[in-house]
Amino acid sequence: MTLKTKGISSNIISPIVGRVTRMPSNNDGVSILLVDDDAGVNYFDRHSGVLSSLRYREIGNIPQVHSIPNLNHLSEGDIVVINSDGVINTLYRVNSNHNSILVTERCNSNCLMCSQPPKDKNDIEYLFAIHEQLIPLIPKDCIELGITGGEPTLLGSRFFKLLELIKEHLPDTEIHCLTNGRTFAWNNMVRELEKLNYQKLMLGIPIYSDYHALHDYVVQAKDAFNQTIRGLYNLAEIGQRIELRIVLHKQTIPRLTKLAKYIYKNLPFVEHVAFMGLEYIGYTPHNIDKLWIDPFEYNNELEEAVEYLSSFGMNVSIYNSQLCVMPEHLWQYARKSISDWKNEYLSECNQCTKLNECGGLFTWNLKKYSTRIKALT
Amino acid sequence: MDNLPVKNTRKFKTEEHYNNSSSYHLLPFRFHRITSFKEVLVNEIGDFLLVPIGTAKAIITKSFTRNQNEELYGDLMANFFISETPIPELLDVLAVRYRTRKSFLDYFTSLHIFVITLRCEHTCHYCQVSRVNKDIDAFNMQKHHIDAGIDLMMKSPNPDITMEFQGGEALLAFDKIIYAIERTKVEASKYNKNISYVICTNLAPLTDDILHYCKNNNILISTSLDGPDYIHNQNRHRPQKNSYELAIDGIRKCRETLGEENVSALLTTTALSLKYPFEIVDEYYSQGFRNIFLRPISPYGFATHNDNKNKYETSTFLDFYKSALGRIIEYNLQGKFYREDYASIILKKVLTPFPVGYVDLQSPTGMINNVIVFNYDGKVYATDESRMLAEMNDYTFLLGTVENSYEDIFYGTKALELSEYWLNETLPGCSECAFQGYCGSDPVFNYATQGSLVGFRPTSAFCQKNMEIIRYLFELMDSDKRIEKIFKSWIVGRT
Repeated sequence: MTLKTKGISSNIISPIVGRVTRMPSNNDGVSILLVDDDAGVNYFDRHSGVLSSLRYREIGNIPQVHSIPNLNHLSEGDIVVINSDGVINTLYRVNSNHNSILVTERCNSNCLMCSQPPKDKNDIEYLFAIHEQLIPLIPKDCIELGITGGEPTLLGSRFFKLLELIKEHLPDTEIHCLTNGRTFAWNNMVRELEKLNYQKLMLGIPIYSDYHALHDYVVQAKDAFNQTIRGLYNLAEIGQRIELRIVLHKQTIPRLTKLAKYIYKNLPFVEHVAFMGLEYIGYTPHNIDKLWIDPFEYNNELEEAVEYLSSFGMNVSIYNSQLCVMPEHLWQYARKSISDWKNEYLSECNQCTKLNECGGLFTWNLKKYSTRIKALT
Repeated sequence: MDNLPVKNTRKFKTEEHYNNSSSYHLLPFRFHRITSFKEVLVNEIGDFLLVPIGTAKAIITKSFTRNQNEELYGDLMANFFISETPIPELLDVLAVRYRTRKSFLDYFTSLHIFVITLRCEHTCHYCQVSRVNKDIDAFNMQKHHIDAGIDLMMKSPNPDITMEFQGGEALLAFDKIIYAIERTKVEASKYNKNISYVICTNLAPLTDDILHYCKNNNILISTSLDGPDYIHNQNRHRPQKNSYELAIDGIRKCRETLGEENVSALLTTTALSLKYPFEIVDEYYSQGFRNIFLRPISPYGFATHNDNKNKYETSTFLDFYKSALGRIIEYNLQGKFYREDYASIILKKVLTPFPVGYVDLQSPTGMINNVIVFNYDGKVYATDESRMLAEMNDYTFLLGTVENSYEDIFYGTKALELSEYWLNETLPGCSECAFQGYCGSDPVFNYATQGSLVGFRPTSAFCQKNMEIIRYLFELMDSDKRIEKIFKSWIVGRT
């Protein structure tokens, strides 16, 4: 799925955020006209920008990107940002329930299996300016919106400004924010969140071991475990909704049942616990020797951890895994969790009778998957 | 975009970089031998580790090091047995966990027992209170005492209160129960209390009118079933020798009218019962019960006066308990849910982080903190057993009368005096016990059996019984994963 394209820009000084349309008359000040032919040429000046697959044409001072190879990936109402270098990023897709905004690529951890390796560049101000324009344009009936990074809380006060903006413009939208929770070990961060009193906000926080040294090793940050646990306790105190996320790999499997017990004993207040298959992207290929274990081989551990938590009434899910690899009684916990734009199946899956119920694979996991995947009949 | 201050590298570091602490400090924990191979370590908040014999010693003498067994080291760190800093980094987590464990204390007294009458139409040989001719009104609770008892009950800080009617045979004074409940309903709405009503009865005097009143007022029925007829009728004397038949018939009627979940039965184990663990377990199951509470008989009241029948050795009871528990586990292994309640109370403390306020097994003890007894004569006692001692003219646990002020009864000098003895954390023999957090303290039992509120643990039946049951539950769980699973099925839910 294409989320990014590029053409030749002209008259673009700063990034422009707008809602794309193919109807020249559909102009509301934040619209960006998509042009594939010569029709509607007279309406150009009523839009805040023009994206064209045709060659350059003189249209006064109106920002435009021309000679774009293809505009087919954009649907009416999608929200894009046009950059001065001619790059067009899709920020929001109206026909998807899997929209999320990446607020920074900076991170205070450096997880062995990070799917989106951090960059030590200050992108916060630039991205914040874009998202500030984006949020008011998102349709009010948006069901769920993700916030990801990097580590979103590194935005500091902007993190709360962003949440406030979302709360104001999208009061009915469920917000799912991925954070390592470490910064909530500090009181001022929790107090800010408490002031927001944001019932629709769920924080997805990773925990990889009950043993601090192992967690710290996986996230490659000293004292991260203690900070995350303190953060979780601070968040629980203000009644923040929390999801715990556990990535399943060679480092986390040996203590998985112990981690489940730790969660029930020490963190029973969390709303959801997600066990997640490994993504073969980002740092993972580099660290694959330290991480890879065929999902089939950790079925016993996964089963014990999942059933332990579930038997005590906790809400448990399994993400990023294929039904054919796990025992049938775990199917009830398996979710179709992979966002549409990165979801694939193997060719043999087409013969599978459970295809519609199965979550399939990440596109990038087509290069690394369980040897036990087979069509169920 | 400006670059951040130079961060040299994001090169990955090895495990050793993150586990380089060379020494550890001990956090408070206790230990106990479970089998000849295993011992259990239990920390201050009730989390445990089952480890090979000798592990505690190796940790305490610091001869154990991380390099010998990093998995065990991780277990000890994660479960708050050791710390790499003198004060653990996650001390606040321990504090919250401890507070959660003791949060059954948050709301103070819940269970208010009204001994509505002392009259009974049974003449059970083990009865814990005097038998009284069933027609004498002097042994009924008088209305002004009921009123005063309700007034005290409304002063409890607890928003959720259980009002339990006992006897004698409570149903013989059903008019008094109606009076008490009607008045309580009015008062409860004034004071915003949520009241659960329970009537303890042998069901012999049950009528349709009584049933309909119970139905309309959501009253729970707690009855007695001692096993098959040849045990029950032997234990519970009636001239017609039909106690069992009346109980079974009553249970059926109660279930029909009130619903299955509103009828429960309690087992009293006598010397006779101890010979029939399987038969008793089977009887409960076949009567439709999916739980049974295997309690030993209390050594109070008439019970201590009839040595031959009732003063059985603790070990005899434990044999009975283990046989019966084994039978119950067999049912579960066949896929039939069937729960033993005493084990469930202990297992909840062992396997969950949540509080368990069970009056006979808690510290601080259940008396006053969780239960209070208003006797038929207006006297207020610390526990149900206390009033039985009083029937033998021992008023040690008499706190006053219903006419006294709430403060005088609950925070008075007597209560203060008793409070010295109700924490097992501070009792000799309990303070260093691995099972402290799973067990409780019972000054009334200590006093009744050993003549001292402190008690003497080495010969205490309370101690021997609980130590062995708790140890045995650990042994069972460790011996068979299926049993651990069964035990878990008995305690699921968070209450």
